[in-house]
Amino acid sequence: MANTYTLINSATAGSGGVASFDFTSIPQTYTDLILTISARSSRTTGGTDGLRLEINGSSANFTYILLDGDGSSAQSAPGSSGLVAQLPQAGGSPGYTANTFASTSIYLPNYAGSNNKSFSIDTTTENNAISSYLDLIALFWSQTAAISSLSLKSTTANNLVQYSTAYLYGISNS
Amino acid sequence: MAAGSTYTPIATTTLGSAQATVTFSSISGSYTDLVLIIGGKNASSDQGIVTQVGNGSIDTGSNYSTTYLIGDGTNATSGRASSATSIIAGRMDNVASTSIINYMNYSNTTTYKTVLGRGNDGALVIQHVGLWRNTAAINTINVFNLSSVNFAAGTVLTLYGIAAA
Repeated sequence: MANTYTLINSATAGSGGVASFDFTSIPQTYTDLILTISARSSRTTGGTDGLRLEINGSSANFTYILLDGDGSSAQSAPGSSGLVAQLPQAGGSPGYTANTFASTSIYLPNYAGSNNKSFSIDTTTENNAISSYLDLIALFWSQTAAISSLSLKSTTANNLVQYSTAYLYGISNS
Repeated sequence: MAAGSTYTPIATTTLGSAQATVTFSSISGSYTDLVLIIGGKNASSDQGIVTQVGNGSIDTGSNYSTTYLIGDGTNATSGRASSATSIIAGRMDNVASTSIINYMNYSNTTTYKTVLGRGNDGALVIQHVGLWRNTAAINTINVFNLSSVNFAAGTVLTLYGIAAA
């Protein structure tokens, strides 16, 4: 049978990093999409940074349920953004191990359909300096439009540092 | 870029009307693992998706167990069911849901079979691990909602084969 795990496009942050990874004009010919991301934030001040998803140019209409383990305890929290990952950051406190990147996989079924969209996300910020995070996220986008573009951005408007990557794959069931 | 050779669609079902159970049968043993993707919704309340497996026929005996980790937006909890008649492996509500179920090393005839399941809906995120206490190869799979709730029309279920070589 046909091979059905097809790279649609990829992006790699060059020197100085990038503000976002953008996938536009996504073909509507696949059944599902898989987005895999390796990313680190350029943030140098305190606090934490995250990675958020925008669909069709919009950051609205998202909700999520997060299940999180930090090496000490497990917790769950709801949210109303397109959060898909917590990001190691370049500086500040907490201080993350150098050269470590969050690894994230997002499964987007029926992306071209006319129903509301539900996504499955696995992500981690493993590092050797401070608490690491392992997150399972159920992300919901309450829109029926087909997905034609995806953007990934820092939740604090910082850059994604050099060598951050994103790969978009199409999955076909025929 | 050319696609990888290890994510092959075996069978897909797009429900034309509400349906309680979806069965995949006569599954080839030529892959290493199986992945079942379920995208859609059910006809009423938030429910767990369960799976039963078998060789030639579905095993409906008490030969399954499941351990799970749940987040509901407030609490993280874990639980398990043993000597059960199915494996809890996914989650579905009546709006939009995604479940990903992995049947590991499904065609070997020497070990009991492990199933890894992930459920995502508007109320819960759940990771499951299940066991079928049988060494037979899996060539038949059932999936259905708990409490006899139907999958809604438009729900898509696709079974893929993953090959190591």
